[in-house]
Amino acid sequence: MIIHHPLLGPRDASEFVYKGDASLINRPDWQADNAPELFHDYLYLRDNPAGEHQELWYHEQGDRSWLVVTRNTLTHDITNVELARDVAFAKQANKSGRVEKSGRGKK
Amino acid sequence: MEHRGLKYSGFKVIKEALTGHKGWKPVWRTPKPREEYDVVIVGGGGHGLATAYYLAKEFGITNVAVLEKGWIGSGNVGRNTTIVRSNYLLPGNEPFYEFSMKLWENLEQDFNYNAMVSQRGILNLFHNDAGRDAYARRGNAMILAGADAVLLDQDGVRQMYPCLDFENARFPIKGGLLQPRGGTVRHDAVAWGYARGADSRGVDIIQNCEVTGMVIENGICRGVETSQGTIKAKKIAVCVAGSSSRVMSMAGMRLPIESHVLQAFVSEGLKPILPGVVTFGAGHFYVSQSDKGGLVFGGDIDGYNSYAQRGNLPVVEDVCEGGMALMPMIGRARLLRMWGGVMDMSMDGSPFIDKTHIDGLYFNGGWCYGGFKATPASGWCYAHLLAKDKPHPVATEYRLDRFKRGAMIDEKGVGAQPNLH
Repeated sequence: MIIHHPLLGPRDASEFVYKGDASLINRPDWQADNAPELFHDYLYLRDNPAGEHQELWYHEQGDRSWLVVTRNTLTHDITNVELARDVAFAKQANKSGRVEKSGRGKK
Repeated sequence: MEHRGLKYSGFKVIKEALTGHKGWKPVWRTPKPREEYDVVIVGGGGHGLATAYYLAKEFGITNVAVLEKGWIGSGNVGRNTTIVRSNYLLPGNEPFYEFSMKLWENLEQDFNYNAMVSQRGILNLFHNDAGRDAYARRGNAMILAGADAVLLDQDGVRQMYPCLDFENARFPIKGGLLQPRGGTVRHDAVAWGYARGADSRGVDIIQNCEVTGMVIENGICRGVETSQGTIKAKKIAVCVAGSSSRVMSMAGMRLPIESHVLQAFVSEGLKPILPGVVTFGAGHFYVSQSDKGGLVFGGDIDGYNSYAQRGNLPVVEDVCEGGMALMPMIGRARLLRMWGGVMDMSMDGSPFIDKTHIDGLYFNGGWCYGGFKATPASGWCYAHLLAKDKPHPVATEYRLDRFKRGAMIDEKGVGAQPNLH
């Protein structure tokens, strides 16, 4: 698989470490009343979809940036790559609670 | 049905050989689904068929259907590297896998089908003192659970496998943990044998029947929607490792599972070189030799979510590097075939056999890439749970809520991540 890094261009996926579902950016509120339950769901449960999947990849053998890659788990086709910090900032800006596209990604 | 009660025997084989093999009959029926069953098993793989078989044979529940979206045995039961063993460490696991090992040992007599169970031994190599200590501990845990284990020194390994690279500069082989009762089994025949045994006891095996929805009323699961219409049942037993998240999402459930791809490989046929199963202790590589002569081997999962049933080249390179480090002669052999299967990777590397919070809906999955060896015990324990609504004594830890309770079965000891074993 080739991941089109927003800053470095096309890079082989073997340069990256895979972390999993991009919803791992959405860390629960540790002060919430039901924090243990929220953290259980955050840490252990996954949507695990067959089809489009937003996921975190870490460019360990490169610039050590975290990316949010949109990839199809049935075909391995990658349709969008963004810097995870852009995704996190965009999410903070509109507080919608889910991962939003920042618009800076490469198709 | 004509084939029912037909027993295979040496006499029958000779008779058919002399009469042009015209007397063999299909060994299971192709029934239309009935409107309602006592138990509907979703998934006609090894575990699902074993569940149906033991439900009928051991627990007397024969009003059962097995629904399979493709043909039976088309998933992971036909894609694994055929290894059976019970060399686990933790109390939640080892008694279960030893129960499975004992069922393997008597399987062919039990279901009267040649599954080519071959107890050729499995040898886990170690390459340093820490590895020896870990395997001594594991061997003792195995013996405590009634399994067999022998700790071999370098000479012991050399006598069994002179072809290995003992003097490797980085990873010299110092010895290994041998389980003589481990070995290999013809994986397709396991599915066929269980299917035949279940069918002959009245179980309907319905192929090309995909489950498309769950019928849930007031928190009770009453049946499934399928490509062949609605089928009602008192109990729905999901058993679709690889696709567990997809099927259970129809009941609104999220699971502690990610689906990953695992690749396996077969070399061209070679003269006999490996009498048993060998695993490399310094990387991830396991290998045995099939009766046709091909080296059957595998290694790590690719490491990203996938339902594609095929992997990528970096892991091919990684697996072959492991092979080269263990037995450099493998470099002269050509790779004949490689393929991928979809694994239910659970968050602690251990499986689930449990009821769900929805009455009537049961779940079996999360087998990571170790499901094949568990097939008989998984079927038996799932059948036990379905028949008695109580877990079998060796499967009490395989609960869906174990992460909430802090009762993970973490063989590797590395915490929550879906890339364990």
